[in-house]
Amino acid sequence: MKYEAVIGLEIHSELKTNTKIFCGCATTFGAEQNTHVCPVCLGLPGVLPVVNRRVVEFAIKAGLALNCTINKFSKFDRKNYYYPDLPKNFQTSQYDLPIAEHGYVDIETEEGKKRIRITRIHMEEDAGKLVHSGATIKDSAASNVDYNRTGVPLIEIVSEPDMRTPQEARAYMEKIKSILEYIDVSNCRMEEGNLRADLNVSLRPAGTDGLGTKAEMKNINSFKAVEDALTYEIERQEEVLEDGGHVVQETRTWDPARGITLSMRTKETAQDYRYMPEPDLVPIITTDEEIRAYKEGLPELPDARQARLEKDFGLSSYDAGIITSSRDMAEYFDAVVAEGADAKLAANWMMGDLSKNLNQEGKSIGESPVDAKRLGAMIRLIEKGTISSKIGKEVFKAMWESKDDPEKIIKDKGLVQITDTKEIEAIVDSVIAANPKPVADYKSGNKKAIGALVGQIMKQTRGKANPQLVNQLLEKKLAE
Amino acid sequence: MAKVTEKDLDMVALLSRLEIPETDKARSLEQLDAFLQYVDNLSAIPTDDVEPLAHVLPIHNVFREDVVRPSLDRDLALSNAPLQEDGYFKVPKILED
Repeated sequence: MKYEAVIGLEIHSELKTNTKIFCGCATTFGAEQNTHVCPVCLGLPGVLPVVNRRVVEFAIKAGLALNCTINKFSKFDRKNYYYPDLPKNFQTSQYDLPIAEHGYVDIETEEGKKRIRITRIHMEEDAGKLVHSGATIKDSAASNVDYNRTGVPLIEIVSEPDMRTPQEARAYMEKIKSILEYIDVSNCRMEEGNLRADLNVSLRPAGTDGLGTKAEMKNINSFKAVEDALTYEIERQEEVLEDGGHVVQETRTWDPARGITLSMRTKETAQDYRYMPEPDLVPIITTDEEIRAYKEGLPELPDARQARLEKDFGLSSYDAGIITSSRDMAEYFDAVVAEGADAKLAANWMMGDLSKNLNQEGKSIGESPVDAKRLGAMIRLIEKGTISSKIGKEVFKAMWESKDDPEKIIKDKGLVQITDTKEIEAIVDSVIAANPKPVADYKSGNKKAIGALVGQIMKQTRGKANPQLVNQLLEKKLAE
Repeated sequence: MAKVTEKDLDMVALLSRLEIPETDKARSLEQLDAFLQYVDNLSAIPTDDVEPLAHVLPIHNVFREDVVRPSLDRDLALSNAPLQEDGYFKVPKILED
């Protein structure tokens, strides 16, 4: 039988606030264990949590950027569970009145644009970090807990099960990351766990409507792992069903080193979170005026920015899509263009030499040794004809390795394009004289033979001769 | 109308991390059942047009500014922990084999 996968994601994103959601402890990553804790986030008796105003602001912004309706009346609830990563035995979260609901994002798929619906976005506190004594949680006789992360504000973005392939799930998560970066509410550093996803996947016979039994994989924190874990899990469930078995509803862990998912059996036999309204926190009421003000304060978002680059600069949808996928990249592009550089050339250089060098050195665009100002200046020199595109590559490489301006590099290395007709003419004459065979070939009708002559001339001028001029002169001389 | 089964009792006990001795089960069932029947009296009140109560106090939007305040000294934070190790709270085995 042919199966189709049904995939839904719960994305947790840590918000970039200075302090935790309910207390004034710092949220800085990487502090010594249990040094960012206080009676509130340790869940000591008698404490009173108070909501960080910025958490609500960020959550509303995220809701609006993800096309959600903001609930004007929202409240917190307790989600009860026993696990030592939260010292209170419950997580303060939101249940029936989350801050935002009913949104969507559009993603690009091979079949074109696809809309992924967002069920809800709620605010909650992050849990602490467990350090296991054994190799895995299962063979650890004891575990150590660091509560620094407990109470760091999160938003959980829950999608509808609208994705059908691991690639769509990845594209969806990339889109969410991009939007959260644009509105500047999360650092989205996946390696630090700022952004992680729980993946829900089930199979059903292709073309049917029902939902099969799902498995869940928690805390996946890279795009590659999203794709790999889903690919593996879909194959695993296919095999189970093909063998006439049943998929068990369970939580599985993804082991990236072995490339497999593994069943996790917890002591808890039945999950029953017994949600109840949080009596220590009062409801949040947001007015229409406030919502309007947040909406107006949103920056240009990736889709709009992509459309603008396509329309204003004639960039291809592909190029504009990649450039606007990250806010840093889009801003770099705008800065290059602001230097007076041609937009299409700017896009080509960014997608070409710049991306290649960044990838090779594992750098982000923010860490690029060549800033937008120098790349813009270099592109203008190409447009003016001071250097050719080919020499541009050499200049780019030199800029990557030094802090010099392109003008200085060109001058120091003597790379200025030769546009002096007399000078080129002399070289053309000598090359014609020294290469009788291609000359004869060309004259007897093999027009391609001119290539060898052009090559010789470029070699003698170390690529500095203006190619158009070289061609013109050669054709003229050979016709004589 | 409430009729609590022994299965319900076991479930509630598990979720509450209570150990109810076999000898106490009959009595616990009886008490739980009586309690639920008492609460059931509330069903007589029509609540169709009443919004669920989110909070007992008529206040909303109590916020703090996003300003860092000193955390606890770590030794003090760990001072109530039954077990600790290298600045961590130490907890017993979490998952079954």
